[in-house]
Amino acid sequence: MSITPTLLSVDNLSKSYGGVHAVRGVSFALRAGEILALIGPNGAGKSTCFDMLNGQNIPDSGRINLLGEDTTGKKPRAIWRLGVGRTFQITATFPTMTVRENVQVALVSYDRQLFNLWASTPKFAQAEANRLLELVGMSGFSERPCGELAYGDLKRLELAIALANQPKLLLMDEPTAGMAPRERIELMRLTAQIARDQSIGVLFTEHDMDVVFEHADRILVLNRGSLIAEGSPEEVRRNPQVRAIYLGEGLVYDARHREGAGV
Amino acid sequence: MAFYFVQFLTGLASAASLFLVASGLSIIFGVTRIVNFAHGAFYMLGAYVAFTLTERFSGAIGFWGGIFAAGLIVAAVGVLVEMVLLRRIYHAPELFQLLATFGLTLMVEDLVVLIWGPSDLLGRRAPGFKGAVDFFGQNIPTYDLFLIGLGPVVLGVLWLMFQRTRWGVLVRAATQDRDMVAALGVNQKWLFTSVFALGVFLAALGGGLQIPRDAVHHALDLRIIVDVFVVVVIGGLGSIIGAFVAAVLVSELNAFGILIFPKISIILVFLVMAAVLIVRPWGLFGKQEAAARRTPGLTVNPWRPLTSRERMAAMAALALAAALPLIGGNYALTVGSEIAIFVIFAASLHFLMSVGGLASFGHAAYFGLGAYGVAFLAKLAGLPMIACLLLGPLLGCLGAAVFGFFAVQLSGVYFAMLTLAFAQIVWSIAFQWVAVTGGDNGILGVWPERWAASPSHFYWLSLGVAALAVASLRIIVFSPFGFALRATRDSPLRSEAIGIDGKRVQWTSFVIAGTVAGVAGALFAYLKGSVFPDSLGISLSVDALVMVLLGGVETVSGAVIGAIVYKALSIWLVSQTDLSKLVLGAVIVLIVVAFPKGIVGMLETIRSRRTQSSKSALLGSRVEIAE
Repeated sequence: MSITPTLLSVDNLSKSYGGVHAVRGVSFALRAGEILALIGPNGAGKSTCFDMLNGQNIPDSGRINLLGEDTTGKKPRAIWRLGVGRTFQITATFPTMTVRENVQVALVSYDRQLFNLWASTPKFAQAEANRLLELVGMSGFSERPCGELAYGDLKRLELAIALANQPKLLLMDEPTAGMAPRERIELMRLTAQIARDQSIGVLFTEHDMDVVFEHADRILVLNRGSLIAEGSPEEVRRNPQVRAIYLGEGLVYDARHREGAGV
Repeated sequence: MAFYFVQFLTGLASAASLFLVASGLSIIFGVTRIVNFAHGAFYMLGAYVAFTLTERFSGAIGFWGGIFAAGLIVAAVGVLVEMVLLRRIYHAPELFQLLATFGLTLMVEDLVVLIWGPSDLLGRRAPGFKGAVDFFGQNIPTYDLFLIGLGPVVLGVLWLMFQRTRWGVLVRAATQDRDMVAALGVNQKWLFTSVFALGVFLAALGGGLQIPRDAVHHALDLRIIVDVFVVVVIGGLGSIIGAFVAAVLVSELNAFGILIFPKISIILVFLVMAAVLIVRPWGLFGKQEAAARRTPGLTVNPWRPLTSRERMAAMAALALAAALPLIGGNYALTVGSEIAIFVIFAASLHFLMSVGGLASFGHAAYFGLGAYGVAFLAKLAGLPMIACLLLGPLLGCLGAAVFGFFAVQLSGVYFAMLTLAFAQIVWSIAFQWVAVTGGDNGILGVWPERWAASPSHFYWLSLGVAALAVASLRIIVFSPFGFALRATRDSPLRSEAIGIDGKRVQWTSFVIAGTVAGVAGALFAYLKGSVFPDSLGISLSVDALVMVLLGGVETVSGAVIGAIVYKALSIWLVSQTDLSKLVLGAVIVLIVVAFPKGIVGMLETIRSRRTQSSKSALLGSRVEIAE
């Protein structure tokens, strides 16, 4: 683990709105192939933190280093060009295109063909688009209008789009929000498998503790804008401060975990 | 000094009427999201009905009662329109309601001439306000003073209505989030109807109050609607106070512009509007529009390139069109050329509007710039026709590059209004810069050279260019650039997250659309042999919008069909009847109600239904397996 390079390092990141310190002095690092979860109760600053990492929000102070480059305050599209894939809490796809075309647009952009007025997009990089759809288990849907997809399938499509630029890092904001329990686990298993196979680093925020504790290598806990704990799932689970915040969910998880271990 | 003060008061008096009309439009838009193009028509109708009533009933009660009753009568007409027409199309694609209300406007224009005759009508003076007050040697009509007082009173009444009544709270809530209001059990239908009634009442009242100051005539609607759009946009859509402040600002600009900057008096207002929108994109008092929720169940069929069979059909249609000189006379060929030119124009707007999601209300600017480009090159530089046709559209391209850069910083209605402002600026320059453009007299004698002079040759030229333009735009729609543009339209968030520079893509599309419109304008100059400021005017911009909407916004080839149907129909109607606007307006309204997806959209729906019924069994089983 120690020889794998650092993909992302965040140093003393802060952001406040008016008098509210949404994020203060957050620092952490993420290595290649590592799956890192960012958790915390509502209003802890997860989304603000996330938006600053992908360029939608500009930090007041602190630095972000992505893949060896200082990306503080850079635009989302510039960060994407560095090799960062992104999924959203509420899926963002192109509803008037087919499923495959959704992926093809991302491939067009990756190939820097955006201002090409001549080629045919429906024929553009079909093989690669099919491969990505296959990877997320969507190959049967490639001709379907994206606007007709069920929510779980949209999430999988988003993952395929996020993988189009052969990312080294995936940023996933609540990847399983709004999904049925079984779908959640499937999607995160899929993500984790792809990440490990291709040695992609993953940073995700999540409310579902089952998902977090099953898949994260390491967990960051945010509360009121500050990092209060960091470590392996086991360490975080034992942390009394985290337990205080996550009283309900933590205990529920423990109970289930013991049941599972007992079998 | 006294003179300027009086001028200031005159401006304030004009502001009262403008405020009434603008606040009505603003309220209607805020709640129903309808850009009510017919608002000017209701204003005009208010003036006409008030004229009739005040003529019939004499005395103070007859006059004031007449104006008020006119407001109520026109509001009742508005309610009828809302219930019969608009209710059916609230869920139609955005801006489709604009088409419906445009159709209504056309109808009203002919109806008022039918009922009240074509000549200007001079109304009575207001009882009790017939005289004037002397102010250091300047006369101030007392009626103006009355109007100056009325504006703030109406503002106060509206404010109380919105702050203190249950209805007002509902309207404000609906302005912020109408779906939420519906979810809370409020009867949306009646809320919309009552809001529409109030808005129309204010417009009609504004019209009625103008009769002691101004003659009533059948072109009042277009004159006011542009001013009202400007006021509403400067003030911020949905804001009553904004409408008031902007009405005063615009009226004062009009009052003083003519004194201080006579050369640019017409464009002054539009320059200010453009400046306001660039600095404050949602107007002085407006807030950023909440993103509209997608209508559930509204799935759009993804666009497909033509199959080889369809391509053959298109080629056959083109060949058939090329055979027109064999059967048609010179008149038919001239009409054919004009239709071909408008196909190019409509296709260029369609590219911007449907593919880019940028509905321009001022697309004629680039059409007209292309036409003027040709006229300058042919008349001043004396270049040959081919060179003019190739270089003339570059003026449209240049204009689109400059204005487009600013316009794409905005979106939605504000984008539409900024493009309208730019078009008005260009129009005013053509109109007022007489030394270069000839002003209202235009530039004459732009005739094609001998090889293209005969009607059949010019027809083939226009048809060929049209086919080339439509085919090129179609290729671009399916090119990577076209997809990048659609991606930006569909989801700005996602497209930015996959490396697409949305503003740059949209700007490029604006330039492409402007250049193609310039090509159409260049041909148009040769067809007519002259260029006038009209070819930059609002009515031409609206024509283009109607063609695109008529064909179907959500289709690839709708603009072509829309342009052919609309242009052919309007030319034919003008030759057949004096009431061409009435019939055309009625046809548009009928089409809107019957085919809310446009003509081509309807055909596609029928076709996809037919193919789906055979496929659905198969699809159903596949879905089951997938789940």
